[in-house]
Amino acid sequence: MNDAWLIILKRDLLLAFRRRSDVATTLFFFLIVSSLFPLGVGPETAVLSSIAPGVLWVAALLAGMISLNRLFAADFTDGSLEQMLIAPQPLALLVLAKILAHWLVCGLPVVLLAPLIGLQYALPNDALLVLVWSLLLGTPTLSLIGAIGAALTLGVRGSGLLVALLVLPLYIPVLIFGAGAVAASQHGMSAQAHLSLLAACSLLSLVLAPLATAAALRISVE
Amino acid sequence: MLMVQGLACLRGDRLLFKNVDFELSAGGLMYVLGENGSGKSSLLRLLCGLLKPEEGSVFWNGKPIDLDTDIYQADLTYIGHLNGLKDDLTALENLQISARLAGNQVDDAVALNSLAAIGVARCANLPVGVLSQGQKRRVALARLWLTRSQLWILDEPFAALDTASVDVLAARLGEHMSNGGMTIITTHQEVTIHAQSTQTLRLSA
Repeated sequence: MNDAWLIILKRDLLLAFRRRSDVATTLFFFLIVSSLFPLGVGPETAVLSSIAPGVLWVAALLAGMISLNRLFAADFTDGSLEQMLIAPQPLALLVLAKILAHWLVCGLPVVLLAPLIGLQYALPNDALLVLVWSLLLGTPTLSLIGAIGAALTLGVRGSGLLVALLVLPLYIPVLIFGAGAVAASQHGMSAQAHLSLLAACSLLSLVLAPLATAAALRISVE
Repeated sequence: MLMVQGLACLRGDRLLFKNVDFELSAGGLMYVLGENGSGKSSLLRLLCGLLKPEEGSVFWNGKPIDLDTDIYQADLTYIGHLNGLKDDLTALENLQISARLAGNQVDDAVALNSLAAIGVARCANLPVGVLSQGQKRRVALARLWLTRSQLWILDEPFAALDTASVDVLAARLGEHMSNGGMTIITTHQEVTIHAQSTQTLRLSA
């Protein structure tokens, strides 16, 4: 019975595949924003590598955020969201499947692309590795928390900006620990503590965010 | 059996209706009639549990629907005025996904048959986005040939359909009722549907 979430996951991945250009937008956004800084700040390697953790993390954060609107909006307008709400399946599980699909499509490519971008900032190898780990542990939290914001602003006028105002403050801990992990490894310290905290954020939001999102969706659809 | 007691619906500051009571038993058909804006669709959404009533409650087999939600939802098929189809998926894919979401395993042949039943088999492998309004509606309604749920709640199912499809759908509804199913329907068209018992609920604005 509970392969329902697998169906939703497959459906959303198939939809993303049929709309590849939407996915590419997010990725190119990340690519361009993070490439602008070396051009603007100048090619000084010392400066670049010191701003790299923060800049790359902020770019990843914004890239994840611009795609949030698509998470539920299309399902809301075409009525498939109502069908999900009245399906004899736990809504939180269906929501989790949608969030997972969102992360696979918008989060994972950023994680994989990050080391390439990191090279532009003259990051040493072990810092690059920590960057990938921090993004891998941190970006799921972004999708999970973002889903709550997307569900709350569903059907509201100007929801794009509203989602940013709601969600960005909640991203701050992830940003601090994520950028902190990379900075720590640059300074020869262990990134273990930061990474553990990122993983803790992910686990906590993995448990709570689908429930909160499901409740928010029920309110938005009313 | 579906039983509704003292249902009231408030949208914004406006009271759409109050004191709506009825009972619908196996084989029963109920028309919900009323002008535009009288709250027909809101009533149907209330009955599905998509809206929370201001007052009153809905019981399915004697239990409030917000307590035994899963059992109720397994017995329910709702087709609202939105089709619930994804434009980028084919008619067949859409149909299979919605059937599996409702808990029915459906293979290609069965899904194709139900599309054929309402005359859209030709569109099976086309993305729904390229279909006409009436064809989309028919793809959405093809679910009625797959579902095994007892209670059907249909919001304007005949809108945008051609006369041939209206007859096919009316026949399917009649078949559902003769198998002990129940249907609640809103419509502006005169359509003859055979049922063991027929009742009408008129909402006034």
